[in-house]
Amino acid sequence: MSAAYIAGAYEHPTRKADGISVAQLHMQSAAGALADAGLSFDDVDGYFCAGDAPGLGAMSMLEYMNLNVHHVDSTETGGSSYLIHVAHAAQAIAAGKCNVALITLAGRPRAAGLKSAKMPPSPTPDTPFEGLFAPSVVEMYGMVAARHMYEFGTTSEQLAWIKVAASHHAQHNDRAMLRNLVTVEDVVTSPLVAAPLHRLDCCVVSDGGGALVVTSEAVAKSLNRPLVKVRGSGEAVKHPSAGRVDLTTSAGAISGPRAFAEAGVTPADIKYASIYDSFTITVLVALEDLGFCAKGKGGAFVADGNLISGVGRLPFNTDGGGLCNNHPSNRGGMTKVIEAVRQLRGEAHPAVQVPGCDLALAHGTGGSLATRHGSATLILERL
Amino acid sequence: MTLADLAAVNFDALPFWQGTEAGEFLLARCESCGEAHHYPRALCPFCRSEAIRFSPASGKGAIYSLAVTRTPGKPLRVVAYVTLAEGPTIMTQIVDADEAVAIGDPVRVDFQKHPEGLTAAVFRLARNTN
Repeated sequence: MSAAYIAGAYEHPTRKADGISVAQLHMQSAAGALADAGLSFDDVDGYFCAGDAPGLGAMSMLEYMNLNVHHVDSTETGGSSYLIHVAHAAQAIAAGKCNVALITLAGRPRAAGLKSAKMPPSPTPDTPFEGLFAPSVVEMYGMVAARHMYEFGTTSEQLAWIKVAASHHAQHNDRAMLRNLVTVEDVVTSPLVAAPLHRLDCCVVSDGGGALVVTSEAVAKSLNRPLVKVRGSGEAVKHPSAGRVDLTTSAGAISGPRAFAEAGVTPADIKYASIYDSFTITVLVALEDLGFCAKGKGGAFVADGNLISGVGRLPFNTDGGGLCNNHPSNRGGMTKVIEAVRQLRGEAHPAVQVPGCDLALAHGTGGSLATRHGSATLILERL
Repeated sequence: MTLADLAAVNFDALPFWQGTEAGEFLLARCESCGEAHHYPRALCPFCRSEAIRFSPASGKGAIYSLAVTRTPGKPLRVVAYVTLAEGPTIMTQIVDADEAVAIGDPVRVDFQKHPEGLTAAVFRLARNTN
């Protein structure tokens, strides 16, 4: 399979999009990523977007941007969609379907006054079985955390270390929504939203977006940018299995090993990890499923600063992540890839840049970990 | 579209909603492979047979997991997964729970009319009766 490269990456600078439409955010992000790559809209021959795109998704956005492409993909797995888009773009490029794939994400939940992601009503068979109880997103993830604590003795203090690490990174990011350093005590004494999850276990609600440009090897090598190769990928969906519910393992237990196998590397080889962080528990479960530690040992793994760049074994989310920086459109997958690209290029903030970062992982968990969700794992290499 | 509207076009599960309306928890079980499942489907999610039959469940279960929301002046709100005595684990709410509510607690089914027209199968703590 011929290789694909992430040639352009761009995080929209806004965190509150008053007076900016969702389509405009998408296109501004696209323009940023193309400029970052040294390419133009005219070079794009493949387009990828997910459920955050307005109207009829790819069709509406292609019309708005006035683009004509010969490959489209609207794979929707919630906030992890964009990692799958990178994988699918690499596959499309290998199959000769396109050479310059544009992936966009954007949204403005904050300007629209939404406190958190809303599950859209749709006539799926499961809707009334959950909708009658109107579970909030925090309650959903709260159930995951409660079960993990019950089975493995995980503590709120251990979960808090994930937020603490994110805050250590966010203090260096001018654009981060939450730039103050927090302590374990700050997290566990913040108000309980849905016990056992506290306010500071949750990610921010932010507007904005981001975009990526994935290209063929020939295109990537013609550009004046560091070469970031898509070395491996994996994707999987998990759900309540008709009543055989298992809240402590995610679809990452499938997507992770597949990505590692394709890349021919192991968790021990990874120098930086972007881990989807809608909540602290989302990170903990993913780290276990990806094999950075055994199932049930995530609490011990994240404690004592093990995720802090320059301190711990596995620097994660060095932009501050969704927990402190940005979670545009309630979907954190795009920003996970963008920060991994920054790290591999050596373009992260100097205070958090991982020295010699040549192998990185980006992982997304979209939908709801407590019900149906899609996990996607990318392993990226700097050549 | 209300939840009742949504339920009305998901024909697979209509007997379940008729059951809760009548104060009964009807569990879908496949007559071909014998497995119970939830939410109810017209085709068995395990063996894909169409031989699905609804039968009354015991109404007994235990809390698999929960999330607790405390609002001053209001009763505890507890969203939970409950594992039924018959096997399937289902999303529900624990009503009239006390502060000690925890994973593993035995619960018993009850029924609550929803403003949108359906009757929900909820659960109550049953520590002394199971």
